[in-house]
Amino acid sequence: MIMNDHTACQKLVQSLSEYIDGSLSETLCQELEQHLQGCQNCQVVLDTTRKTIYLYQATAEPGDLPGEVRRRLFKSLNLEDYINRENK
Amino acid sequence: MSEGKQRPEFSLPALQAGDPAEFARFVDAYSDVVYRMAVKMLNSTQDAEDVLQETFIKAFKHIREFEGRSSLTTWLYRIAVNEALMLIRRRTGNTISLDEDIQTEDGEQEPRQIVDWCCLPEEEMLSTETRRHLDDAIQRLSPALRAVFLLRDVEGLSIKETGEVLGLNESVVKIRLLRARLHLRELLTGYFSERVIPK
Repeated sequence: MIMNDHTACQKLVQSLSEYIDGSLSETLCQELEQHLQGCQNCQVVLDTTRKTIYLYQATAEPGDLPGEVRRRLFKSLNLEDYINRENK
Repeated sequence: MSEGKQRPEFSLPALQAGDPAEFARFVDAYSDVVYRMAVKMLNSTQDAEDVLQETFIKAFKHIREFEGRSSLTTWLYRIAVNEALMLIRRRTGNTISLDEDIQTEDGEQEPRQIVDWCCLPEEEMLSTETRRHLDDAIQRLSPALRAVFLLRDVEGLSIKETGEVLGLNESVVKIRLLRARLHLRELLTGYFSERVIPK
Protein backbone atom coordinates (compact mmCIF):
# COMPACT_ATOMS: atom_id res chain seq x y z
CA MET A 1 0.00 0.00 0.00
CA ILE A 2 1.34 3.44 -0.74
CA MET A 3 2.50 5.32 2.34
CA ASN A 4 1.24 8.80 1.50
CA ASP A 5 -2.40 7.72 1.46
CA HIS A 6 -2.24 4.91 3.98
CA THR A 7 -5.48 5.79 5.77
CA ALA A 8 -7.44 5.78 2.51
CA CYS A 9 -5.91 2.41 1.62
CA GLN A 10 -6.86 0.97 5.02
CA LYS A 11 -10.39 2.31 4.62
CA LEU A 12 -10.64 0.63 1.23
CA VAL A 13 -9.54 -2.71 2.65
CA GLN A 14 -12.15 -2.50 5.42
CA SER A 15 -14.88 -1.81 2.84
CA LEU A 16 -13.58 -4.25 0.24
CA SER A 17 -16.03 -7.09 0.89
CA GLU A 18 -19.09 -4.88 0.88
CA TYR A 19 -17.87 -3.14 -2.27
CA ILE A 20 -17.41 -6.49 -4.02
CA ASP A 21 -20.86 -7.61 -2.86
CA GLY A 22 -22.42 -4.35 -4.04
CA SER A 23 -23.75 -3.56 -0.58
CA LEU A 24 -21.73 -0.43 0.12
CA SER A 25 -23.56 2.88 0.41
CA GLU A 26 -23.45 5.14 -2.65
CA THR A 27 -21.37 7.79 -0.89
CA LEU A 28 -18.74 5.31 0.30
CA CYS A 29 -18.77 3.68 -3.10
CA GLN A 30 -17.96 6.95 -4.85
CA GLU A 31 -15.25 7.74 -2.29
CA LEU A 32 -13.70 4.32 -2.78
CA GLU A 33 -13.81 4.49 -6.56
CA GLN A 34 -12.17 7.90 -6.49
CA HIS A 35 -9.36 6.43 -4.38
CA LEU A 36 -9.02 3.46 -6.74
CA GLN A 37 -8.41 5.77 -9.69
CA GLY A 38 -5.25 7.06 -8.07
CA CYS A 39 -4.03 3.97 -6.21
CA GLN A 40 -2.81 1.11 -8.35
CA ASN A 41 -2.00 -1.08 -5.32
CA CYS A 42 -5.57 -0.95 -4.07
CA GLN A 43 -6.82 -1.70 -7.57
CA VAL A 44 -4.61 -4.83 -7.58
CA VAL A 45 -5.92 -5.89 -4.15
CA LEU A 46 -9.49 -5.43 -5.36
CA ASP A 47 -8.92 -7.33 -8.64
CA THR A 48 -7.05 -10.24 -7.05
CA THR A 49 -9.65 -10.56 -4.26
CA ARG A 50 -12.43 -10.72 -6.86
CA LYS A 51 -10.41 -13.29 -8.81
CA THR A 52 -9.85 -15.35 -5.66
CA ILE A 53 -13.61 -15.58 -5.06
CA TYR A 54 -14.21 -16.35 -8.74
CA LEU A 55 -11.68 -19.22 -8.73
CA TYR A 56 -13.38 -20.91 -5.76
CA GLN A 57 -16.76 -20.52 -7.40
CA ALA A 58 -15.51 -21.76 -10.79
CA THR A 59 -14.02 -24.91 -9.25
CA ALA A 60 -16.98 -25.73 -6.98
CA GLU A 61 -18.17 -28.57 -9.25
CA PRO A 62 -21.92 -28.73 -8.66
CA GLY A 63 -22.17 -32.29 -10.04
CA ASP A 64 -24.34 -35.07 -8.62
CA LEU A 65 -23.34 -37.18 -5.64
CA PRO A 66 -21.10 -40.16 -6.58
CA GLY A 67 -23.29 -43.27 -7.09
CA GLU A 68 -21.65 -45.36 -4.35
CA VAL A 69 -21.86 -42.51 -1.83
CA ARG A 70 -25.57 -42.11 -2.63
CA ARG A 71 -26.17 -45.86 -2.28
CA ARG A 72 -24.49 -45.97 1.15
CA LEU A 73 -26.37 -42.85 2.23
CA PHE A 74 -29.75 -44.35 1.34
CA LYS A 75 -28.76 -47.55 3.15
CA SER A 76 -27.78 -45.63 6.29
CA LEU A 77 -31.20 -43.96 6.24
CA ASN A 78 -33.14 -47.20 5.61
CA LEU A 79 -34.36 -45.72 2.33
CA GLU A 80 -33.05 -48.47 0.06
CA ASP A 81 -36.54 -49.07 -1.34
CA TYR A 82 -36.35 -45.61 -2.89
CA ILE A 83 -32.83 -45.74 -4.28
CA ASN A 84 -33.81 -46.63 -7.83
CA ARG A 85 -36.62 -44.11 -8.06
CA GLU A 86 -36.37 -40.76 -9.67
CA ASN A 87 -36.59 -38.61 -6.56
CA LYS A 88 -35.69 -35.28 -8.08
CA MET B 1 -27.86 -23.07 -2.18
CA SER B 2 -28.42 -20.56 -4.89
CA GLU B 3 -26.29 -22.15 -7.57
CA GLY B 4 -27.70 -23.36 -10.90
CA LYS B 5 -29.53 -26.47 -9.79
CA GLN B 6 -33.24 -25.94 -9.19
CA ARG B 7 -34.44 -27.39 -5.89
CA PRO B 8 -37.94 -28.85 -5.75
CA GLU B 9 -40.54 -27.83 -3.19
CA PHE B 10 -41.25 -30.20 -0.31
CA SER B 11 -44.27 -30.94 1.81
CA LEU B 12 -43.18 -30.12 5.35
CA PRO B 13 -46.16 -32.00 6.88
CA ALA B 14 -45.14 -35.11 4.89
CA LEU B 15 -41.51 -34.79 6.01
CA GLN B 16 -42.59 -34.26 9.61
CA ALA B 17 -44.94 -37.25 9.42
CA GLY B 18 -41.93 -39.39 8.45
CA ASP B 19 -43.05 -40.07 4.86
CA PRO B 20 -40.05 -42.02 3.47
CA ALA B 21 -40.77 -41.17 -0.18
CA GLU B 22 -40.80 -37.45 0.57
CA PHE B 23 -37.66 -37.78 2.67
CA ALA B 24 -35.93 -39.66 -0.18
CA ARG B 25 -36.79 -36.74 -2.47
CA PHE B 26 -35.42 -34.35 0.12
CA VAL B 27 -32.19 -36.36 0.42
CA ASP B 28 -31.70 -36.44 -3.35
CA ALA B 29 -32.28 -32.71 -3.65
CA TYR B 30 -29.76 -31.69 -1.02
CA SER B 31 -27.22 -34.50 -0.59
CA ASP B 32 -24.89 -33.19 -3.31
CA VAL B 33 -24.54 -29.73 -1.75
CA VAL B 34 -24.12 -31.12 1.78
CA TYR B 35 -21.44 -33.50 0.50
CA ARG B 36 -19.61 -30.79 -1.44
CA MET B 37 -19.65 -28.46 1.55
CA ALA B 38 -18.34 -31.24 3.80
CA VAL B 39 -15.52 -32.15 1.40
CA LYS B 40 -14.38 -28.52 1.36
CA MET B 41 -14.68 -28.17 5.13
CA LEU B 42 -12.78 -31.39 5.83
CA ASN B 43 -10.58 -31.99 2.77
CA SER B 44 -11.48 -35.69 2.93
CA THR B 45 -14.13 -37.59 0.97
CA GLN B 46 -14.33 -40.28 3.68
CA ASP B 47 -14.96 -37.76 6.46
CA ALA B 48 -17.36 -35.89 4.19
CA GLU B 49 -19.38 -39.07 3.67
CA ASP B 50 -19.62 -39.55 7.45
CA VAL B 51 -20.86 -35.97 7.80
CA LEU B 52 -23.33 -36.48 4.95
CA GLN B 53 -24.86 -39.55 6.61
CA GLU B 54 -24.95 -38.01 10.08
CA THR B 55 -26.53 -34.83 8.70
CA PHE B 56 -29.49 -36.65 7.16
CA ILE B 57 -29.85 -39.07 10.08
CA LYS B 58 -30.15 -36.03 12.38
CA ALA B 59 -32.40 -34.19 9.93
CA PHE B 60 -34.75 -37.18 9.84
CA LYS B 61 -34.70 -37.48 13.62
CA HIS B 62 -35.31 -33.79 14.32
CA ILE B 63 -37.49 -32.67 11.41
CA ARG B 64 -40.55 -32.61 13.71
CA GLU B 65 -38.81 -29.90 15.75
CA PHE B 66 -38.31 -27.69 12.68
CA GLU B 67 -40.50 -24.61 13.23
CA GLY B 68 -39.85 -22.75 10.01
CA ARG B 69 -38.09 -19.80 11.62
CA SER B 70 -35.37 -20.24 9.01
CA SER B 71 -35.62 -22.00 5.66
CA LEU B 72 -35.28 -25.77 5.44
CA THR B 73 -32.06 -25.15 3.51
CA THR B 74 -30.33 -23.11 6.20
CA TRP B 75 -31.59 -25.55 8.84
CA LEU B 76 -29.95 -28.42 6.96
CA TYR B 77 -26.73 -26.47 6.40
CA ARG B 78 -26.64 -25.75 10.12
CA ILE B 79 -26.74 -29.45 10.96
CA ALA B 80 -24.06 -30.21 8.33
CA VAL B 81 -21.67 -27.46 9.49
CA ASN B 82 -22.06 -28.53 13.12
CA GLU B 83 -21.33 -32.14 12.17
CA ALA B 84 -18.23 -31.06 10.24
CA LEU B 85 -17.00 -28.94 13.15
CA MET B 86 -17.56 -31.82 15.58
CA LEU B 87 -15.50 -34.06 13.35
CA ILE B 88 -12.68 -31.50 13.17
CA ARG B 89 -12.84 -31.23 16.96
CA ARG B 90 -12.49 -35.00 17.32
CA ARG B 91 -9.57 -34.96 14.88
CA THR B 92 -7.65 -32.23 16.66
CA GLY B 93 -8.81 -32.72 20.22
CA ASN B 94 -9.42 -28.98 20.41
CA THR B 95 -12.55 -27.03 21.03
CA ILE B 96 -13.69 -25.11 18.00
CA SER B 97 -16.12 -22.33 18.56
CA LEU B 98 -17.93 -20.30 15.98
CA ASP B 99 -17.93 -17.56 18.59
CA GLU B 100 -14.14 -17.30 18.58
CA ASP B 101 -12.67 -13.91 19.29
CA ILE B 102 -12.87 -11.71 16.23
CA GLN B 103 -10.53 -9.02 17.48
CA THR B 104 -7.45 -8.75 15.32
CA GLU B 105 -4.13 -7.12 15.83
CA ASP B 106 -3.57 -3.83 14.05
CA GLY B 107 -2.61 -4.33 10.48
CA GLU B 108 -3.53 -8.01 10.38
CA GLN B 109 -5.89 -7.42 7.50
CA GLU B 110 -3.44 -5.32 5.58
CA PRO B 111 -2.51 -6.88 2.24
CA ARG B 112 1.18 -7.66 2.16
CA GLN B 113 1.70 -8.92 -1.37
CA ILE B 114 0.77 -6.64 -4.22
CA VAL B 115 1.15 -8.60 -7.43
CA ASP B 116 -1.41 -8.50 -10.20
CA TRP B 117 -1.89 -12.12 -11.24
CA CYS B 118 -5.30 -11.61 -12.84
CA CYS B 119 -3.64 -11.59 -16.25
CA LEU B 120 -2.65 -15.26 -16.04
CA PRO B 121 -4.39 -17.51 -18.58
CA GLU B 122 -7.71 -18.96 -17.41
CA GLU B 123 -6.61 -22.57 -18.14
CA GLU B 124 -3.58 -22.14 -15.87
CA MET B 125 -5.72 -20.74 -13.06
CA LEU B 126 -8.17 -23.64 -13.33
CA SER B 127 -5.57 -26.40 -13.80
CA THR B 128 -5.48 -29.53 -11.62
CA GLU B 129 -2.39 -28.23 -9.85
CA THR B 130 -4.06 -24.91 -9.09
CA ARG B 131 -7.20 -26.67 -7.83
CA ARG B 132 -5.01 -28.60 -5.40
CA HIS B 133 -3.50 -25.35 -4.23
CA LEU B 134 -6.97 -23.80 -3.80
CA ASP B 135 -7.94 -26.77 -1.60
CA ASP B 136 -4.74 -26.43 0.44
CA ALA B 137 -5.26 -22.70 0.89
CA ILE B 138 -8.82 -23.05 2.20
CA GLN B 139 -7.62 -25.63 4.74
CA ARG B 140 -5.27 -23.00 6.13
CA LEU B 141 -8.21 -20.87 7.24
CA SER B 142 -9.54 -21.48 10.72
CA PRO B 143 -12.69 -23.65 10.64
CA ALA B 144 -14.75 -20.59 11.66
CA LEU B 145 -13.51 -18.50 8.71
CA ARG B 146 -13.66 -21.48 6.34
CA ALA B 147 -17.32 -22.05 7.14
CA VAL B 148 -18.22 -18.41 6.47
CA PHE B 149 -16.33 -18.32 3.16
CA LEU B 150 -17.81 -21.60 1.92
CA LEU B 151 -21.38 -20.70 2.82
CA ARG B 152 -21.26 -17.16 1.43
CA ASP B 153 -18.91 -17.35 -1.54
CA VAL B 154 -19.08 -20.96 -2.69
CA GLU B 155 -22.63 -21.98 -1.76
CA GLY B 156 -24.00 -18.53 -2.49
CA LEU B 157 -25.93 -17.95 0.74
CA SER B 158 -26.66 -14.35 1.70
CA ILE B 159 -24.94 -12.70 4.67
CA LYS B 160 -28.19 -13.10 6.62
CA GLU B 161 -28.54 -16.80 5.74
CA THR B 162 -24.87 -17.44 6.56
CA GLY B 163 -25.47 -15.84 9.96
CA GLU B 164 -28.54 -18.03 10.52
CA VAL B 165 -26.59 -21.19 9.70
CA LEU B 166 -23.72 -20.28 12.00
CA GLY B 167 -25.70 -18.58 14.75
CA LEU B 168 -23.83 -15.32 14.23
CA ASN B 169 -25.04 -11.79 13.71
CA GLU B 170 -24.55 -10.19 10.32
CA SER B 171 -21.75 -7.83 11.36
CA VAL B 172 -19.66 -10.76 12.63
CA VAL B 173 -20.30 -12.64 9.37
CA LYS B 174 -19.12 -9.60 7.39
CA ILE B 175 -15.93 -9.25 9.43
CA ARG B 176 -15.10 -12.93 9.05
CA LEU B 177 -15.91 -12.92 5.36
CA LEU B 178 -13.50 -10.04 4.81
CA ARG B 179 -10.79 -11.79 6.80
CA ALA B 180 -11.31 -15.06 4.94
CA ARG B 181 -11.25 -13.40 1.53
CA LEU B 182 -8.11 -11.38 2.31
CA HIS B 183 -6.32 -14.39 3.78
CA LEU B 184 -7.11 -16.51 0.73
CA ARG B 185 -6.10 -13.67 -1.59
CA GLU B 186 -2.78 -13.46 0.20
CA LEU B 187 -2.20 -17.22 -0.09
CA LEU B 188 -3.13 -17.30 -3.77
CA THR B 189 -0.96 -14.27 -4.47
CA GLY B 190 2.01 -16.13 -2.98
CA TYR B 191 1.28 -19.02 -5.31
CA PHE B 192 0.46 -17.14 -8.52
CA SER B 193 3.11 -14.42 -8.19
CA GLU B 194 5.80 -17.01 -8.95
CA ARG B 195 4.09 -17.56 -12.26
CA VAL B 196 3.75 -13.87 -13.07
CA ILE B 197 7.32 -12.92 -12.20
CA PRO B 198 9.87 -15.45 -13.45
CA LYS B 199 12.53 -16.28 -10.85
